Amino acid sequence: MPFFFFKVSCTAKFIQHPEGYYPLNFKLNAQERPWFISSLVIAILIGLPIAAVVYLAVFPEENIWPHLLDTVLPTYIENTFILMLGVGISTFLLGTGSAWLISMYDFPGKKWLSWGLLLPFAVPAYVIAYTYTDFLEYAGPVQSALRELFGWKTARDYWFPEIRSMGGAIVMMSLVLYPYVYMLARAAFLEQSVSLYQVSRSLGTTPFQYFRRVSLPIARPAIAVGLSLVLMETLNDFGTVDYFAVQTLTAGLYDTWLNMSNIGGAAQIALMMMAFVIILITMERYSRRRQKQYQSRNQGSTVPSHKLHGARGYLAFTVAFLPVLLGFLFPFILLSIYAIKYFEISWHNNFVEYALNSFMLASTAAFVTLVIGIVLTYSKRLNSNPVTQYLVSFSSLGYAIPGAVLAIGVIIPFAAVDNALDELSRNYFNYSTGLILSGTAFAIVFSYSVRFLAVSSGSVESSLSKVTPNMDMASRSLGHSYLSTLFRVHLPIIKRGALTGMLVVFVDCLKELPATLILRPFNFETLATQVYQFASDELLEQSALSALIIVAVGILPVVLLDKSISQKS
Amino acid sequence: MPFFRFISVTVLTLIALFASPVSANSQEVNVYSYRQPFLVQPMFDKFTEQSGIKVNVVFAKKGLAERLKREGRNSPADLIFTVDIGRLMEVTNKDLVQAVDSAILKDNVPAQYRDPQDRWFGLTTRTRSIYASKDRANLADIQDYEDLAKPVWKGRICTRSGKHPYNLALIASMIAHHGEAKAKTWLQGVKDNLARRPQGNDRAQVKAINEGICDLSLGNNYYFGKMLNDKEQVAWANSVHLTFPNQGNRGTHVNISGVALTKHAPNKANAIKLMEFLTQDFAQGLYAEQNFEYPVNKNVEPSHLVKSWGSFKSDALPLADIANLRKTAAKLVDEVAFDE
Repeated sequence: MPFFFFKVSCTAKFIQHPEGYYPLNFKLNAQERPWFISSLVIAILIGLPIAAVVYLAVFPEENIWPHLLDTVLPTYIENTFILMLGVGISTFLLGTGSAWLISMYDFPGKKWLSWGLLLPFAVPAYVIAYTYTDFLEYAGPVQSALRELFGWKTARDYWFPEIRSMGGAIVMMSLVLYPYVYMLARAAFLEQSVSLYQVSRSLGTTPFQYFRRVSLPIARPAIAVGLSLVLMETLNDFGTVDYFAVQTLTAGLYDTWLNMSNIGGAAQIALMMMAFVIILITMERYSRRRQKQYQSRNQGSTVPSHKLHGARGYLAFTVAFLPVLLGFLFPFILLSIYAIKYFEISWHNNFVEYALNSFMLASTAAFVTLVIGIVLTYSKRLNSNPVTQYLVSFSSLGYAIPGAVLAIGVIIPFAAVDNALDELSRNYFNYSTGLILSGTAFAIVFSYSVRFLAVSSGSVESSLSKVTPNMDMASRSLGHSYLSTLFRVHLPIIKRGALTGMLVVFVDCLKELPATLILRPFNFETLATQVYQFASDELLEQSALSALIIVAVGILPVVLLDKSISQKS
Repeated sequence: MPFFRFISVTVLTLIALFASPVSANSQEVNVYSYRQPFLVQPMFDKFTEQSGIKVNVVFAKKGLAERLKREGRNSPADLIFTVDIGRLMEVTNKDLVQAVDSAILKDNVPAQYRDPQDRWFGLTTRTRSIYASKDRANLADIQDYEDLAKPVWKGRICTRSGKHPYNLALIASMIAHHGEAKAKTWLQGVKDNLARRPQGNDRAQVKAINEGICDLSLGNNYYFGKMLNDKEQVAWANSVHLTFPNQGNRGTHVNISGVALTKHAPNKANAIKLMEFLTQDFAQGLYAEQNFEYPVNKNVEPSHLVKSWGSFKSDALPLADIANLRKTAAKLVDEVAFDE
């Protein structure tokens, strides 16, 4: 199973290796070299923004830690921890539970629920937070109706759960993030061999015991990947926690940067958050370090699904339908109502242009990220040396850095290169080249690639790892180069997994906001920046149409995504 | 090597597709803006119509100063727009802007609202006002900002985050007038009087007063005008009085939205034209009528609506002092755990 941080098994690998080579002292043949060099180049390029953040952290404007430790840091850490724990547990339950229902049972509506459960993925967390707040707050329809009904006059007359709270933030984020877990868990459940099921059932396990003792442990690496994506998204989120006034580390980071004018201190907090993620993932991998899994060859049959009759069938439907209803249908309908009601305000002639911008950026970034992901993971497959392994892990760290900080990390090297080129050109040709890359869409695509590489290389790697090395050997012995083997053998096999990764990146890019805002060229709007302009001032109604289009554009890939998963079975 | 060819062709194509260097064009001016475009676009449009100079905008609420700094002398940006004095002073202190010697600007912008060395200029002013419930707040108890800490308001005050630039500027002015220790006691007092955790924007606080959650809130004055002109929000505005604190002594705290010319502005002449345009009668009138802000230009009247809220005395504390105390203010907010 993939993952993109520390390859814990790495050390073990080169100690056990029969030829006993050492790190930094490995030989590459002429065929391997280009792959190694290109992954080195890519890793350096992708690593630049991360290195820039580290660089910032080394030169803080003042030491912020004494102040933070004395005052708000404990609260920030506590809140971050509670938020991650809450979102982690609920996305695990929602994602794994629904994936289990869908892959093991037959009940009314299962077919469309299997892809419907992915839909909340298309809704940005900040959008769902805004819609629910509008609906559930004092002036919203729910509380107004309750007051009408019971004759309450003011907010002091009754109690109603406060949506703008830690609990609210956990619920909102879980509703749109659980599809990461669902998606991966479902694929893992579907891939499990029917013989495992037959053996365990014949030994007397109940279906639930089979789930707990056989299926879940086997699916664990996949679920862990899903959960770690969820947790990193949670850690990075600013829109939702800011709107709900939940003081997390991200809040502290932006405060240090913007209000205390201490970007170095902010970078230090970012690195601390990154360390947090690395530790978490290392722990998870360490806990299953002795496990090894081999994907048995495809037997052409999967675990048969149980038919649930009558009330049980409807109960299963209700349980699986709830996340779709709350995470997608409901906000979608609400947004549609606003979009119709405020159509005059929200519609303008530039809409097509904004949508095209969003689409262009997201599709280019998705493609680039996929190509990079394939190059990196394939060369990791070819070169088992630790340097390549670490390079690949390092270049995926971008996902753990908050978007706005990463954007600054992109600006620093880009502007430095641009200015150096300009300097050269001025000196030698007496001609100013100006800024070539900074402030262009290229910078945005680059930042998306850095940010979302973890997603694409994760899914490519997970598919690639299931291809037996025999394939490589057979192809090589028939005289094909590594490149031709990749195109003729691997790519056709991993097509679906790779496509999945690409589509997830596409949707993520559509929703991305902070880096887009900071890096974009003049007069350049995307759907997300358009939503933000109004939504940041709590004028969601006026941008409902843009929000709706983001969601709608996101649905298409989600449906394709489903096809790619279910066809695996 | 086919592999390298594949990669390099891909990369080069992408660069060619996306990289379009911004060059200094004689008919353009480039703006980095912390202000939302829909608030300033009407003025820019009018400027383009009159001068033929196109205004290009990038809007973001964070990171623009950093971008400007890193882009250095090749930065395409000519002007930087901010919504408060803090960020304006920040770019000034980081040496990212340059002085503008313009008689028009000096005439139109009173000395109080521009840099003594002419590196930044205020365009509009706004008061940090106290909104008080018409039904439940006794105005006699809320004459000054200092009164917000009085025990009589226990559990009756709403505000947005203490870390918001508008609140930081107010707290900084309290530090300037009373010293850090007293300001901290005051802030702790306000915190103890809060009806709920600081959240939402300025309008959301007035909404909360209308809903009976609290009786007082802090907010910029122009939101009153915006709410009165919104068919849903007019009810919120009608439930409150807008007050100008500290009329019996130093005057109400005032902040500015402003502009500065970047140090390496490629379209300097156009940029100064735009600055001048924005301080002249026409644009100042638009600010007054559309955004309900106070024009800095003394020849331009506030809108009728804004005038109907009454005239007031403003705090004469130099804005630079407020900006310089911003960091200290942010630390005080942490020390009293204002936002928790």
